[in-house]
Amino acid sequence: MNTPAAPIASSSAAPAPKSDRSLIHWLLVAVAVLFSAVFLVLPLLNVFAQALAAGFGPYCHALADPDTISAIRLTLIIAAICVPLNAVFGVAASWAIAKFDFRGKPFLLSLMDLPFSISPVVAGLLFVLLFGVNGLLGRWLEVHHVKVLFALPGMVLATIFVTFPYVARELIPIMRAQGREQEEAALTLGASGWQTFWHVTLPSVKWGLFYGIVLCNARAMGEFGAVSVVSGHIAGQTDTLPLRVEKLYNEFDPVAPFAVATLLALLAVATMLLKALLEWKTRHET
Amino acid sequence: MSIELKNVSKHFGRVSAVENINLTVPEGELIALLGPSGSGKTTVLRLIAGLETPESGGIFVRGAQVNNLPVQKRNIGFVFQSYALFKHMTVQDNIAFGLKIKKWPAQRIQARVQDLTALLDLHGLLDRYPHQLSGGQRQRVAIGRALAPGPDVLLLDEPFAAVDAQIRQELRQWLVRVHRELKLTVLFVTHDQEEAMEVASRIVIFSKGRVEQIGSPQEVYEKPSNEFVARFVGVMNVLELEVRDGFARRQELEFPAHGLADGQKLRIGFRPYAVQVSPDGSAYRYRAVLRRTYFLGVMLRLEMELPSGLILRSRMSKEDYARLGLADGRPVSFQIRSYRILSKEDEPLGAEVATAYEVPPHLGEGI
Repeated sequence: MNTPAAPIASSSAAPAPKSDRSLIHWLLVAVAVLFSAVFLVLPLLNVFAQALAAGFGPYCHALADPDTISAIRLTLIIAAICVPLNAVFGVAASWAIAKFDFRGKPFLLSLMDLPFSISPVVAGLLFVLLFGVNGLLGRWLEVHHVKVLFALPGMVLATIFVTFPYVARELIPIMRAQGREQEEAALTLGASGWQTFWHVTLPSVKWGLFYGIVLCNARAMGEFGAVSVVSGHIAGQTDTLPLRVEKLYNEFDPVAPFAVATLLALLAVATMLLKALLEWKTRHET
Repeated sequence: MSIELKNVSKHFGRVSAVENINLTVPEGELIALLGPSGSGKTTVLRLIAGLETPESGGIFVRGAQVNNLPVQKRNIGFVFQSYALFKHMTVQDNIAFGLKIKKWPAQRIQARVQDLTALLDLHGLLDRYPHQLSGGQRQRVAIGRALAPGPDVLLLDEPFAAVDAQIRQELRQWLVRVHRELKLTVLFVTHDQEEAMEVASRIVIFSKGRVEQIGSPQEVYEKPSNEFVARFVGVMNVLELEVRDGFARRQELEFPAHGLADGQKLRIGFRPYAVQVSPDGSAYRYRAVLRRTYFLGVMLRLEMELPSGLILRSRMSKEDYARLGLADGRPVSFQIRSYRILSKEDEPLGAEVATAYEVPPHLGEGI
């Protein structure tokens, strides 16, 4: 996932004559830049343009709306629960998969990828079917007055499901590449399993782990489909930032949806910069 | 620390890694585990360290069985082929790791690291990270890290495979010196017979998960227990012969074969030193042309082609080569002074047979 990209342009065009090569080279770069500009940069800039079209005052006013503040808080709470859980799970799963041999390992690997291949809306629906009034556990939950659907627990579960593989998928290739020898060396020097993990395994994958956490966090905060199905869209209570953006947009507000969207866009930019930094770190320290 | 393996077997899946290994390592020896890749020598090292557990048989240290003793409690130093240095730690922290785990006081750790820095010639490198070191330096740090907690036995997996030739030579001599100074039991794995011969006091030869022979370098060279050992340790000319009219023959070569029936087949082998070469075409019985000379340091290896196309190898010192005025392309004559009758690969060899009155010269350096 984070292996440095192979120099495709130079290697594939290497046998071609020099003039051809530079032309192809130039064309490829131009196409790539043009595409990114039209499909990625332009829409992003447009979000900021629309949000600030009426000036800075309305922008701030839109963000200060109590329902929006509540959406920001809910988004942060969900991320604060999901990301650490998935980080712990991701480290444990990647450690097991990369360093030990056990039965059913390929099965576990493909199971972990399930959230990647399932549509988030379907993922949300799974939880409705499980915890809804007519669902498998619905009756029991109702009797015991536990509210899962249309409340924080359901949204957390849906988000965990969707962001499940990010950390593990990031760590598995790094841990595989490092092999078991550093850990074995620590064992021969008298370290216990826990000491080995804490002093050797974890520090040697720390940048990859941060990278996985950053990606996981971005997805947790930006998730729409699965959360939308289980949230119930109660303004001020179960709206996250993406849900809030949609609601404001459907209300034909000219500034507010874009203003809230800038928060998510800024999150994306920050994630991208952190990602670039961490990729650089991983490359230089491994 | 004396180590003993009794009937030890270990499989990986269906592949047998080691099969019924018996091995005794007396206290304080410097031992080479020698064999081609995949012969089980590294597995034996890992079994002793406790990084693998045997399926059957016992591993004994000073008479006590340690099969179920975890790695951490075996008090062994292990140096991995890839060094396996902790790459996020400085040289200082790498060497001190085992001491911190054992909760040594900081002052004692510092003193120990200083001692090892001197022993390993690591001055000025303590603050560096592994990726800032050369191959030879990494190797020495890995050995330092393994030695720091004062292990009873040092195990090294292919310690010199990944460094270039000159540093390898230095490291070998250094290992011999350290072994002598620290009076440790040292076992190292190698696939390089020359390295095993030079460094070890005893050599254990492996093939296909079995121990083929245990002996001093001189013993395994001069008295190989079977054809595998004979061919793996040093160069050997091997000929397939057929008995005709009381002689075992191959092309123009013939060897006495008393009491063997016509048509019987047998194999013989002889070391290059047993082939005596002269530039005088009539000095010896057989004729050949010197095809190519290989320079192996003090000794030279000569490749001769017989009129029938058969190729044989001989060996002589640079001085003899110059004195005899030999050169590639020259016609020569030769005789085979001694040979062994070989049977199948892992069966014991026949005794050495002298064909001429001269006794083979004592094994010199270079093989």
